[in-house]
Amino acid sequence: MDNLIDKALVRKVASLARLELSEQEVKEFTGQLCAILEYFHKINLLDTEGIEPLAHCLPITNRLREDQIQPGLDPGQALKNAPDRDGDLFKVPPILEEGLGP
Amino acid sequence: MKVQVVVGLEIHVQLSTQTKLFCGCPVRFAAPPNSLVCPVCLGLPGALPVLNKKAVDYAILAAMALNCQIASFTKWDRKGYYYPDLPKNYQISQYDLPLGKAGFIEVQGDDGGIKQVRIRRVHLEEDAGKNLHAGGAYSCVDLNRAGTPLLEIVTEPDITSAAQARALAVELQRIVRYLGVSEADMQKGHMRFEPNVNLRIETDGQAFRTPIVEIKNLNSFRALEASIRYEADRQVQEFLESGQVMTSGNKTTRGWDDVRQVTVLQRQKEEAEDYRYFPDPDLVPVVINTSWLDQIKALLPELPLRRQIRFVQQYGLSEYDAGVLTSDRSCADLFDKAVEAGGRPKRVCNLLTQVGLRVANERGCSVGDLGLSPVNLATLASMIEEGKVNATSGVRILEQMIATGQDPMTLARSMDLLQIADSSRLESIIDQVLSMQQKAVQEACSEGKKAQKAFNFLVGQVMQATKGQANPTVIAEMIRKRLGGA
Amino acid sequence: MLDAILQMDCLALAEAIRTRQVSSLEATSACLEAIDKYNQKIGAFLTVFQQQALDQARDVDRRIQAGDKVGPLAGVPIAVKDNICTTFGPTTCGSKILANFRSPCNATVVERLMRADAIIIGKTNMDEFAMGSTTENSAFGPTHNPWDLGRVAGGSSGGSAAAVAARMCFGALGSDTGGSIRQPAAFCGVVGLKPTYGRVSRFGLVAYGSSLDQIGPLARSVRDCALLLNVIGGHDPKDSTSVPPEIVPDEDLLARLDQPIDGLRIGLVKGATEGADLPIRQAIGRAVDTYRAMGAEVVELEIPALDYSVATYYIIATAEASSNLARYDGVHYGYRSPAARDCMEVYTRSRAEGLGKEVKRRIMLGTYALSSGYYDAYYLKALKVRNLIRQQIFAALGQCDSILMPVAPTTAFSLGQMAADPLKMYLADVYTIPANLAGIPAISIPVGLDGAGLPVGVQLLGPAFSEGRLLRIARILEKGAHWTCQVPAGLTV
Ligand SMILES: [Mg+2]
Ligand SMILES: [Zn+2]
Repeated sequence: MDNLIDKALVRKVASLARLELSEQEVKEFTGQLCAILEYFHKINLLDTEGIEPLAHCLPITNRLREDQIQPGLDPGQALKNAPDRDGDLFKVPPILEEGLGP
Repeated sequence: MKVQVVVGLEIHVQLSTQTKLFCGCPVRFAAPPNSLVCPVCLGLPGALPVLNKKAVDYAILAAMALNCQIASFTKWDRKGYYYPDLPKNYQISQYDLPLGKAGFIEVQGDDGGIKQVRIRRVHLEEDAGKNLHAGGAYSCVDLNRAGTPLLEIVTEPDITSAAQARALAVELQRIVRYLGVSEADMQKGHMRFEPNVNLRIETDGQAFRTPIVEIKNLNSFRALEASIRYEADRQVQEFLESGQVMTSGNKTTRGWDDVRQVTVLQRQKEEAEDYRYFPDPDLVPVVINTSWLDQIKALLPELPLRRQIRFVQQYGLSEYDAGVLTSDRSCADLFDKAVEAGGRPKRVCNLLTQVGLRVANERGCSVGDLGLSPVNLATLASMIEEGKVNATSGVRILEQMIATGQDPMTLARSMDLLQIADSSRLESIIDQVLSMQQKAVQEACSEGKKAQKAFNFLVGQVMQATKGQANPTVIAEMIRKRLGGA
Repeated sequence: MLDAILQMDCLALAEAIRTRQVSSLEATSACLEAIDKYNQKIGAFLTVFQQQALDQARDVDRRIQAGDKVGPLAGVPIAVKDNICTTFGPTTCGSKILANFRSPCNATVVERLMRADAIIIGKTNMDEFAMGSTTENSAFGPTHNPWDLGRVAGGSSGGSAAAVAARMCFGALGSDTGGSIRQPAAFCGVVGLKPTYGRVSRFGLVAYGSSLDQIGPLARSVRDCALLLNVIGGHDPKDSTSVPPEIVPDEDLLARLDQPIDGLRIGLVKGATEGADLPIRQAIGRAVDTYRAMGAEVVELEIPALDYSVATYYIIATAEASSNLARYDGVHYGYRSPAARDCMEVYTRSRAEGLGKEVKRRIMLGTYALSSGYYDAYYLKALKVRNLIRQQIFAALGQCDSILMPVAPTTAFSLGQMAADPLKMYLADVYTIPANLAGIPAISIPVGLDGAGLPVGVQLLGPAFSEGRLLRIARILEKGAHWTCQVPAGLTV
């Protein structure tokens, strides 16, 4: 079987996950993920014809709340953990990817 | 060369619930930054979403109005992307099981007839917050909007002109307002459009499709129309220069520069979009049974376009009047009820369009909020119809009806606006006027050019003497009889 | 006297405090003393609420003296895993990225502990974001096993298990996504219960694998687990996955705990213990003997899909984790890399510097499993296999009252021993994972020591929402084992 993941794919996945990896980490992860993914891949040997994917074990549906305002946090509490702020706004270094949201 | 523009629209409509989709924070415009937030919409560790029932009700109602099949089983999915205004770095949305699908919206076509544009899907999702840019040095994030319920509506590419795209957007605005599920206030960003535009080009017996361009985040009808028009022209030029045609991978994204009135190519993402959708394990599925559907169905009104057409066909109103009346659901409701109560459609329409809508507009409310009873409105219309009051008085009476809530007859009496129907009283007033205006009487009786003018003068004098409480047609007839001696 | 206090379980202590034989202040001080003495070496607590705990203890004593009605845990010092939000102290999840994070709200379980008048004595160490089976993956240093400081306490709730074992508290809350309560409980010689998914509110539990995570108690006795679940369980409108009373009746789990069970059938999964070390297999054998001796029938079961549970679990858990942990990006809270020059670097560098290796590995795995081109063969397939495993477990539970299994293939191993081979580490979760995949309750009960003097635990699994019955079955074993509540040999209290 071909390797399920190589360095290039590790880099791509890391970029999707917004993780900066060092060269050393890329190398290490490539080896480890290869072994792990190969082990994971064995589930494809199992016949699951006619079996629904199960996202949840719960026997419940329709958990709904009424459209009523509940007390929230004031800006002070909301920004209490903020690494940086500008008044009552969260402050971040410039967004260079503006407009690239979906 | 034959060029046909092809447009599919993706529209986000903000629902007018009190609270956000998954938390109890208020949905409000222009509040101080980060003042409408809680651990859930801040995406704090440990916080969990709980679904707002009203948002689902509204979404079902809207999907029904768009003639969609409503899912009996639906669920919530996470759409993963990193953006500072999206605190969890995933958006809770609906992926493979949208709340509604395979519907259509009816719009007035360019020829005045009804055109159906197919709706591919309608689903509910949460909005992001807002990024604010401080001149490039840094950015700021306000999460007040994060978690606001949005209805995403995706049409099939059935739209064939920029004007039609605009007409659809306007019609959708009228529908969601009619349903009461959204204020659809463009100024507040309640409706946002993302058209997918390309061209079908026929030349030398061959057909081509130009690459699809998605125009991001338009928030006015004008920008929607202008950007599609611009894009169509641009794509013709591009096709002539490059001959490039649509392939599966060459869709691009452009922004709209409202100042220069051009679309601008946006920087391409490094990797292809990969949102890694998967079912949100923090939420359970939604099962919509028949009794729930029936409850919502009972709320479904006659849609504005259908109503507009009915007003024209059933009551002989002009297209224009019917359009104005149906722009406000409560106004159209009042019209229907007043007509049902015996008011003549044309009269009721004039009263509502000339007075009702004006006063409502001045007060910043809907016609329904003016407290007018359909019966009183019908009565007033009949009073005008029967000559009991004249049209000008009718306007004044209606204004007072709105101000005081009194019935029109009481008001007409107390304002002394009832027309003089007693002919002996009119006769004596006419006698008086004619005896005082001998010169005019002579001119009116002459064969000269001035005869009509003098006649009108006499009618005017009588009207003045009655303080406008007589019917000018009746007066004219009576004067004519006296002068003509016939 | 102090010794005598520290030998008690929660239930005994609560009774002693209520009847004023012991004061909460004495009990709380005794725990604080133990923490003072051993926490340096064991690393069980990340935060200790010394002053607050003493104040609360005095308050409870005063209220009892005044004859006020107090809650079922009045005056009992309880520890809480550091992935459970508290408004007091940090909630770090054992991660650098949340080292300074202070939650604006309490988890529902914390609210319920406080309503029961428990003394929340501190926040316990854990594998970062509950990812691990050793508590070595904590950004704040590992937890050492109180039975042998050179060995791991298990994980990820290693701090909670070690704290209970070392008498630093009387009970603790942990969280269990793939065995994180039961395995450290077994390694440290305490009882650990993972409730049915949906029985305990997850509101305020920092998510790892949301469809698998469940908060549960670690304690010195089965009856303490019943008491603690009584307090923390029950419907919570703030958690959409919390099960409403129509499905799980409000029941007093203590009420019928000692009632015998007629016609008890214990299930053994064919071939399941083959991969376990001898002391573990022997412990299972003794447990079988105990049940047989009281007249239970032992039935052999086949659950073939169980072989696929580790792969299935790690795909689903890491997929959910990759999404759950996306929010730790240095924008709104948590660690931000000082080196970041633009927003993208805030993400990539804060995460690179703030998250540990195991967490990154799982984020990578989960991101891969969900990404286009791999989704169907990994994530989607895993959801189907999960259903198959669940169906087979449900069928097996139809043939018996409870399935008896090992908790882990080994007893506590040496620190650092497993660090080099993540897959080997994952495979050791083979016995605990099925209960999470099926959403059913499972309990780990200590039954003795191995040759090296390390605790050995066994596990019982039951049908969904059958905690009442499962605890009764566990109680039988606890009584038969004559072991529970022993103090680690090296510690003097
Ligand atoms: Mg959308
Ligand atoms: Zn909120």
